[in-house]
Amino acid sequence: MKKREAAFNLKRFLMANIVPIIFILLSIFAIPISQFSASYLIQEMLIRLARNSFLVLSLLIPIIAGMGLNFGMVLGAMAGQIGLILVSDWKVIGLPGMALAAIISTPLAIALGWMCGAILNKAKGREMVTSYILGFFVNGLYQLVVLYLFGYLVPIRSPELVLSRGYGIRNAVNLLGIRNCLDYCIPLTIHGIKIPLGTFIVIAVFSFFIIWFRRTKLGQDMRAVGQDMEVARSAGIPVERTRLISILISTVLAAYGQIIFLQNIGTLNTYNSHEQAGMFAIAALLVGGASVAKATLPNVFVGVILFHLMFVVSPMAGKYLIGQAQLGEYFRVFVSYGVVAVALVIYEWRRARERAYARRMFRGEA
Amino acid sequence: MSSTLLRMEGITKSFFENTVLRNVNLTLERGEILGLVGENGAGKSTLMNILFGLPVIFETGGFEGKIYLEGQEVCFTSPLQALDAGIGMVHQEFSLIPGFTAVENIVLNRESTLYNFLVEIFGERLATLDYPKMKDRAIRAIKRLEVSIDPEMIISEMPVGHKQFTEIAREIEKENTRLLVLDEPTAVLTESEAEILLEAVKRLASQGIGIIFISHRLQEVLEVSNRIVVLRDGEITLEKKASETNIREIASAMVGRRIEGLTTRAAQERVFSTPTMTIEHLWVDMPGETVRDVNLTIYKGEILGIGGLAGQGKLGIANGIMGLYPAGGKVTFEGQPLPLNDPTIPLKKGIGFVSEDRRGVGLILDEGIALNIAFTAMQIHELYIKKFLGGVVKWRDDRAIMKAAREYINMLAIKCLHENQKVRELSGGNQQKVCLARAFALNPKLLFVSEPTRGIDVGAKSLVLDMIYKRNREQGTTIVVTSSELEEMRAICDRIAIVHEGKIAGILPASTDSSEFGLLLMGAKPTVEEGVISVG
Repeated sequence: MKKREAAFNLKRFLMANIVPIIFILLSIFAIPISQFSASYLIQEMLIRLARNSFLVLSLLIPIIAGMGLNFGMVLGAMAGQIGLILVSDWKVIGLPGMALAAIISTPLAIALGWMCGAILNKAKGREMVTSYILGFFVNGLYQLVVLYLFGYLVPIRSPELVLSRGYGIRNAVNLLGIRNCLDYCIPLTIHGIKIPLGTFIVIAVFSFFIIWFRRTKLGQDMRAVGQDMEVARSAGIPVERTRLISILISTVLAAYGQIIFLQNIGTLNTYNSHEQAGMFAIAALLVGGASVAKATLPNVFVGVILFHLMFVVSPMAGKYLIGQAQLGEYFRVFVSYGVVAVALVIYEWRRARERAYARRMFRGEA
Repeated sequence: MSSTLLRMEGITKSFFENTVLRNVNLTLERGEILGLVGENGAGKSTLMNILFGLPVIFETGGFEGKIYLEGQEVCFTSPLQALDAGIGMVHQEFSLIPGFTAVENIVLNRESTLYNFLVEIFGERLATLDYPKMKDRAIRAIKRLEVSIDPEMIISEMPVGHKQFTEIAREIEKENTRLLVLDEPTAVLTESEAEILLEAVKRLASQGIGIIFISHRLQEVLEVSNRIVVLRDGEITLEKKASETNIREIASAMVGRRIEGLTTRAAQERVFSTPTMTIEHLWVDMPGETVRDVNLTIYKGEILGIGGLAGQGKLGIANGIMGLYPAGGKVTFEGQPLPLNDPTIPLKKGIGFVSEDRRGVGLILDEGIALNIAFTAMQIHELYIKKFLGGVVKWRDDRAIMKAAREYINMLAIKCLHENQKVRELSGGNQQKVCLARAFALNPKLLFVSEPTRGIDVGAKSLVLDMIYKRNREQGTTIVVTSSELEEMRAICDRIAIVHEGKIAGILPASTDSSEFGLLLMGAKPTVEEGVISVG
């Protein structure tokens, strides 16, 4: 009897973590083929953890509030980029530059988050697709602002930022002034591996914030709203407001996350950087074993490592295996969209099964 | 100070034309348990909705009458006001957060919190939760009920009984709760769980809380209540001390709703002996109408009624046999086994179905009457179809469809402008006639009709019932009518089966006294030999 129970639990564990397990197996298979050294891979993973974790963390709060994966985080990413463009124009460099970019982006992100939250409250049950399309819409607004209004209504003095026609921002903005300023603000090297300690400290502080936040009244309300909106409402919890706040926090954090991301990369791809931010962050979170309804801090970090390990390893593995590095490029797009699609299907399938199971409990012997 | 806790005076409420409560007077003393009993639609829920100030009451024009709570006139416009005034409600379906522990649910939105400096900036909601204190409060509430619930257990892992206790604990944890409404609290409980619950309810009353106990299990109501009020058709038909009445008296006060315009037919005992369908151990997984274990024989040529309260599973039987919901068990039709879970098979074998979900399943609302009447017959029997090239090309035979439609429109007196009028534009009664016409067009040997008179006006009701009756008498079609309206079934059926908790509670000839049916509806079995009543 006990043995059967144990076997059952193992099966349940495997089923619940099927996505990360597949990725671990793929990595075990691909790492030797790619012929990368351990120290190279460790260095890469540390950089990518610093680069992406904050963006992925910004997704957690809407999941707690039952609003699913917030594709609308690209709104925050755009706000962060506008902050970065302005500080590079004003030539504010280093940590003060980053701080100023964050300060500029905050009201923008709050406004966008408010709008996004208000719209999602009108689209209950369809938050994900709505926020996804909302991302495209706001992308249009962003292009209008950056391509036409910057240098026209908003004065931009640095000629290297402005298109030759006199207004609009160039396709690539060099962020040399703030490049890696947070990552290596506290220099630390172990066995020749540079540790981006500054960013890790920010991420750690923020992780503790999330743990603490879950224990606040607001966090508790979000969990309640996320599990059953009607029950929460009848207990007097302001459902709409709680949901709106969760999206607002997520959008603001995504703005900061994008600033940290671009600080690490060092160049801003004005019209593309934000577009993939949402999809890659969501894919990483799902690879880490999260679902539409449940995500934890370990999901974030495991997900970032596994997802980016595949990113780094698969082009070389593809090259050595069949002589084509494009395989890896193909693989990363295929994987990131595929994993999102699979996660959504699995989630719906599980929910239907749980509902049928719950009903079956009311049925007698037959 | 008087001990009267609640007084409702002259409560009258109508939804548009339909009066659901007529001059209802109700009082409740402190520490008293009032049993409130009535069939579905008798007005119990409307009365409670008025007490709680549910928005639906005000959206439909408010109500007449006055409510006094401890001598003060009150009129709640939202349930939250009622909660603040110390009225608690425990629903039939749980209103708990499934992933929370018992503690978290008991103190939901009334959590104890600890101060921190962020509260100054962002407001009260950033205070952290004080788990030890919350747990203390929850344990105290559970102790008042004298039941054993693990306070740290997650709701979704609890047995149903514990969920119910958690919900009651939440209501009494509120410091000012003076009045508690329990809406069918034992409906999902096992017998032993129900007993513990009844004990807990009595204990609460002895602590001075007034309790309104709504239940369909009459034995329980009698056992737990001090006083019993029976509602029927929006009026109080019985108000007595529990010690001075009995189940039979309550049951007969409940049933026997008046129905206007019903044709009275001479009771005529017909005897049938050839079974056409036998149902053994049928289960149907229909949400809200689960069928658990139904055994039933339908005889050729009869009209069988299937009755029961809402949610007990009566609607699931026909839906399961027709393959519309996952089902299992053994069904034999005309001597051959009938495979379940495939809607085309029963139709092909000559079993028709008029769904209770007229607008959803029954009709294609944006198509004309003619096509609605013809489409199942076209699909199943290839009637009204012209074949070309040896059946490779099949064409709709519009002329035949029109001709048939005209016949049915005349026969069933469907009020419409022309045969191609969209059914969406028809009244409920005429839509129902179109549904019947479609079922008749299949020329079924056995016809299931679910809730034929739901949501249609009085005149159309008797017409629809007459049609079912005539079809049976003139064409000999075996008909199974599933309905919540017992009196309507008594007017046309030969036998009536009553479904209770997913099983057949009993089958009686339609001419049986209505109080017997009342007992069956409540799950009490009348054992005729001894005249003793036992609860099943």
